[in-house]
Amino acid sequence: MLKLGGWRLEPRPEPSRALVFAVSVGAVLAALFVTGLIFWAYGHNPVTAYRDIFVSTLGNFRGFAEVLRKTIPLLLAGVGLVLAFHAQFWNIGAEGQILAGAVAASGVALFVPVGAPWLLILMFAAGFLGGAVWGLLPALLKVRLGVSEIITTLMLNYVALYGVQYLIYGPWKGLSTRGMPISDTFVPAAWLPTLTGTRLHWPTLLLGVLLAGAVLFLLTKTTLGFETRVLGQSPKAARYAGINLGRTTALLVLVAAGAAGLAGVGEVAGLHHRLVEPAQLSLGYGYTAIIVALLARGNPLAVVLTALLLGWVSATGDVVRVTLRLPAEITGVISGLILLFLLASEPLLRYRWRRVGREAIPVPVTAPVQEGGR
Amino acid sequence: MLEAPPAPFPLLSAHALSKRFPGVVAVDNVSLELRAGEVHALLGENGAGKTTLISMLYGLVPPDEGYVSLFGEPVRLRAPKDAIARGVGLVAQHFMLVSRHTVAENIALGLPGTPFFRPTRRLKRRILELGKRYGLNVDPNAYVYELSAGEQQRVEIMKALVRNAKILILDEPTGVLTPQEADGLFEVVRRMKGEGHGVIFITHKLGEVLDVADRITVLRKGAVVGTLPREGADATTLARMMIGRDVVLSRVASAPPRPGLVLELSGVSARNDRGVVVLKDISFRLREGEILGVAGVAGNGQLELAEVLTGHRHVTAGSVSLAGRELGRASIRETFERGVAHIPEERNGVGVVPGLSVGENLALRHYRYPPFSRGGLLNAAATQRFAEASVREYGVSTPSLQTRTGRLSGGNIQKLVLARELSERPGGAVKLVVAAHPTYGLDIGATEQTHRMLVGERDRGAGVLLISEDLEELFRLSHRIIVMFGGKVMGIVEAEGADRGLVGLMMAGGTPKGTYA
Amino acid sequence: MELESWLVSTVARSLAFSTPLLWAALGEIYAERSGVVNLGVEGMMILGAIAGFMAAQTTGSPLLGIVAAASVGGLAGLLHAFIAITLRADQYVSGLALTILGLGLAGLVGRAYVGVPLSNPMQAVTVPGVTSLPVVGPALFTGQHLLTYAGLIVAVLLSVLLFTTRLGVVIRSAGESPAATDALGINVIKVRYLCVVFGGVMAGIAGAYLSLAYRPSWTEGMTAGMGWIALAIVIFAAWRPVRAIFAAFIFGACFHLAFRLQEVFPPEFLQMLPYLVTILSLTLIALGRGGRQAGAPAALGVPYTRGER
Repeated sequence: MLKLGGWRLEPRPEPSRALVFAVSVGAVLAALFVTGLIFWAYGHNPVTAYRDIFVSTLGNFRGFAEVLRKTIPLLLAGVGLVLAFHAQFWNIGAEGQILAGAVAASGVALFVPVGAPWLLILMFAAGFLGGAVWGLLPALLKVRLGVSEIITTLMLNYVALYGVQYLIYGPWKGLSTRGMPISDTFVPAAWLPTLTGTRLHWPTLLLGVLLAGAVLFLLTKTTLGFETRVLGQSPKAARYAGINLGRTTALLVLVAAGAAGLAGVGEVAGLHHRLVEPAQLSLGYGYTAIIVALLARGNPLAVVLTALLLGWVSATGDVVRVTLRLPAEITGVISGLILLFLLASEPLLRYRWRRVGREAIPVPVTAPVQEGGR
Repeated sequence: MLEAPPAPFPLLSAHALSKRFPGVVAVDNVSLELRAGEVHALLGENGAGKTTLISMLYGLVPPDEGYVSLFGEPVRLRAPKDAIARGVGLVAQHFMLVSRHTVAENIALGLPGTPFFRPTRRLKRRILELGKRYGLNVDPNAYVYELSAGEQQRVEIMKALVRNAKILILDEPTGVLTPQEADGLFEVVRRMKGEGHGVIFITHKLGEVLDVADRITVLRKGAVVGTLPREGADATTLARMMIGRDVVLSRVASAPPRPGLVLELSGVSARNDRGVVVLKDISFRLREGEILGVAGVAGNGQLELAEVLTGHRHVTAGSVSLAGRELGRASIRETFERGVAHIPEERNGVGVVPGLSVGENLALRHYRYPPFSRGGLLNAAATQRFAEASVREYGVSTPSLQTRTGRLSGGNIQKLVLARELSERPGGAVKLVVAAHPTYGLDIGATEQTHRMLVGERDRGAGVLLISEDLEELFRLSHRIIVMFGGKVMGIVEAEGADRGLVGLMMAGGTPKGTYA
Repeated sequence: MELESWLVSTVARSLAFSTPLLWAALGEIYAERSGVVNLGVEGMMILGAIAGFMAAQTTGSPLLGIVAAASVGGLAGLLHAFIAITLRADQYVSGLALTILGLGLAGLVGRAYVGVPLSNPMQAVTVPGVTSLPVVGPALFTGQHLLTYAGLIVAVLLSVLLFTTRLGVVIRSAGESPAATDALGINVIKVRYLCVVFGGVMAGIAGAYLSLAYRPSWTEGMTAGMGWIALAIVIFAAWRPVRAIFAAFIFGACFHLAFRLQEVFPPEFLQMLPYLVTILSLTLIALGRGGRQAGAPAALGVPYTRGER
C-alpha cells in the first residue's frame, strides 16, 4: 500500500452520504472550472461568461423552459439507466433505445387512425415497447450466453441510427417535404401540448418525474426491487435466496430500455412532430444519460437533479453560440469533463489517508540482511 | 536411490518466522531447514499456516519476525522475482499459467536472456532436454488450455527448472491429479532429488507424505508440532500430530435419534459445473433428532453434497428423499419451502448481502411470501416485526435494523443467518439443517452459541447435516460422522468413542484396512 | 470492361475508406491485447484529425501534421491510461468520456477551420512497376495515399511483433493473466500504459489520414462513427492485426458500396452490417463456435490490482 511520510493510503470502509455528495459536486465544479479556463483562452472573462450563461438559462422563463426541455429525455433515459445499473446491466444503448421508441411512436402517429387522446396514449405505449424491444436482444444475449452488453448495446445504437435513416430516406419519407429526409408531419392529435410560448412539452416532463418516483417505489417497496438490489450487490446471494437471475435481469432491462423509448416519444410528439434525422432527434441524449445516471449514484430521485444539471449543460450550447460566439460543441466538452472528473474522483471514495501509528511500522529483522534481487 | 553429496549449508532455512494478520497469528515462530537432495514435507490441516509460510519463503509476504536464508546467506525477498532469481521455484495450487499461450511461451515469459525475435525457438530444445532428464513430458508447442491439470503442473515445474531453481516448493500438488498423474509427479520429485535439488512438499494427505518425503514437519495453528524423519513416522502418529489430541472437548449430551427419517440418499452422483463427477454413489440416512457430521478435507465433495440437498445442484444418478418425499429437481426456492435450512459456507456475499440492512437480510428468503409481501408489494411492518423478533431471539447485536450488515462482526452475521434459516417458512418448520462450516472464523463465544442453536434444532426433531473441517466440532456434536474423500463416502463412524486416527486416515484417502485409495 | 472498371474503382475506394479504420483498429488491438479496452477511439481519432489539420495548415507540412495528430492521440490515450490503469476506474465509462470530450473539443477548436481547404494535402502515390498488372494494378497501386500502404505494412509488422517476439508474449500475457505476468517480475502497469498510449497514437494517425489525405479539409464530426467501427473490427478480426486488414476492407467496402449502390439498394442496410456482424461474432464466440483462440483477452476490461501487501 502506498505510503507518504507518516501517512498511508488505505481502503475506506464505506463513504458517508455527505462525502459522496461533496465529491460529486466537486467533480462538477472542477469541470466547470476547466471550462472557464477554455472561455478565458478564447478571450472571454470566465466570470462574465458564466454570468451571461446563467442569466440566459436560469434568469428568465423562456431560458429555463429550454433547460427543462433538454432535461426531459435525459430524465427518462437516466431513470431507466439507474434501474439497469442497479441490476448490473451496463446499458450503453439508451441512444438506440430512444431512436427505437421514436420510430415506434412515429409509426403509430403516421399509420394508426385513432383520435385524441388515444393516439398519444398509443404512441407512448408503442414507444415504450419499441425501446424495450431494442433492449431485448442484448438482455437475452447477456442472460443466456454471457455476451457483454456493453458492446452489443453500443453496436445497436448504430443499427438504430441507420434504421431511422432508412425510414426517412425511404418508405416513410414525407410526400409533402419537398425531398427533405423527414416523415410527413403528424396529425395534431399526435402533438403533445407545450407550455405557452415555449417548446416545453410538459406532459413528458411530468411523466419523467412520475417515472423517477415509480422507480424509487419499485426499488424500495416491491419484491422485484428487493430482488434487484440483492442481485445488483451480490449475484451469488441472489441465487442462494432463490431469485431467478436471468428472468429478473431481463425484466429490468426491458423496463429500463422502455423508459429510454419514452424519451424518444417525447422528442417526436412534443418537439419535431415528425420523424427526423437521427442526429437531430437525439443530440447524444442516450450517452449524456449515462452521466446523469452515474452522477445520481443509483438514486432515482437524484436523477431529477442530475438530469436538470446536464439539461442545463445541454442548453448552454445555444447561449454560448449566441453570446460568446463559441460553437455549441462546448457542451460536449463540459459533459466529457464532468464524467472524467467523476471517474478521477472515485479513489477519494474508495481510499483515505491514515496517519500511520508507531506500532504499524514493520518490526526490523534481527539478522544481518542482504538485499534480495539484483 | 541416489544420494547427493552433503552440502555445507542447507539450501533454504527459515529462522523463527512469524506472521500476524489482524486478529490472527498465521505463522508463529516457525523454523525449517531444507537440505540438498531432500524432500521435506509440510503437513497440516487447512488453516495450519502452510500457505502463509510458503508465501514468506517465496517473497509474496514479508515476515513480521524472523528471516529466510538461501544457500546459507540471509536474504530479504521483496517480491517473487527475488526468490526466482535466487533459485526458488513455486508451484502454487492455482497454476499461474496463461492458458491461451503455448507451453514454450509461458516458460519464456519474463525469462532473462531470451532473444527478442522468436524467444521460444532455442528454449524448446532446452525444454525437451530438461524433460528427458527429469522425466517431465511436456510438448512445448501445445497450448496450455489443451492440457490436463497434471500436464499444466509439469509446465509449472518446467518453468522453475528452466530458471535454474534449486529449491522447488510444491503446494498441495496432488490435489488436482489423478492417482496415475500423482505417481508420475513422485517420480519427477525423486529425479530432482537425485540431481541435488531440494523439494518442499506441502500436503494434508498422509499417504503421499509417507510415499515421498525424507523428513516431515507437522504444522498446527501456525506453529511447528514437530519434525520427524521418514523412518520414525507412521500414519497414526502423523494424524494425531496434525489434528491434535490435547484439547478434547466434552461431547454435548444428546438423546438418541428418533425413528423418523428426515433424509435418505441412495446412490447419489453429481457433476460439477465443468462436468467432472464430484459425488460418487453416496448413500446414507439421517434421522429426526440426529446430527450427522460430514468430515473431509476441503474439495472432496462435501460442498457439492450441500448443494444437492439445497437445490443448487441436481443429481445425475440416485435419489434424494426428504421426509419421505422425493426431492427430484426441486429448485432452491422449493427446498426452502419444504423445510431445508441452508447455512452456506460463505457468509458474506452469499449468506448475507453486505450492502443491505440487517432487516433486509433477515427477510432475504421470506420476502416473497405473505405476510412479508402481497401481490409483489413489500410489507415493511411485517418485515420489521420479524426482524425485531429474530434479533431478540438470536441475540444479534446490531445498532439498528437499518445498519448495513457488512458492518457486523462475523459472529453476529452468522447469528443473523441462523435466525433467518431456522425460522418458520411457508411450508412449516425446518426439517433439515444443512450447515457448511458454520463456525469457521468465529470466536469461542459465537461458536458456542452456534452449537447451541444446532443442538436446539436437533432436540426439536430436525435432522442436522454438519459439514466441517474441524474434527473437534464434529466429535463434539455429531451422533455419527461420514468421512468423505474424492467424492465418495469412505466410511461412517459412531462419534462416541471413535478412533480419531482412523477418521484422519480416512480423510486422507485411507481405508480402515490401511490401504490408500 | 464495364465490370472491370467498376470492380477496380470499388476495390480502390474501399481500400481508401478502410485505411483509417485499419489504423485505429490496429491500435485498439494492442490496447485490448494488453487488457485495456478503450471506447475512446472515436474521440482520439477526431482529436487527431483536427490536430493534424491545424499543424499541417500552419506549417505547410503534412508530415508534421501526422506527427501532431499522433502526439495528440497519444496524449488522449495517456489520459485514458491514467484513469483506467492507475486510478482503476471503469474503463468503459472512461473511454466513453474520452469520446464525448474529444468530439466536443475538436468541434470547439476546429470551428475556425470549417470549410477551409488544406493548402498542402498529402499526395496520392503510385507504386511503380506494378500498375500494369490487370485489375490489381490500378485497384491497389494507383492513386492511394502513403498511409494506406503504410497501414498494410504496419499491420503485418504488428502481427509479427505480437506473435513472434518477446515483447509480443509480454503484451498478450498482460491481457490474458496479469497476475501470472506480474509473478514473473514483469511490470504489467507499464506494459498496459505503453499499449494504451500506442493505441492513441494509431487512432490519431487514423484521424490525420481523414483530414490530410482522404478529404483534405476539416468538417465537424468527420470521423462519423468510424471509431466505433474500429472497435467492431477488433472483435470481428479476433484481436489479430492481419485479420484486421480484411475486416477493415470488408467494413470499408460496406460503406463504399452503400454509397455506390444507393440507387438500387437502400444504403442503410449495408451501413448497419458491420455492427450486426459484430454482435453476431460475439454471439458465436459465446457459443464456442469461434474456437478457443477467437475470444477476447481473458483479463480485458479488468483493472489489475496487485495482491495487497
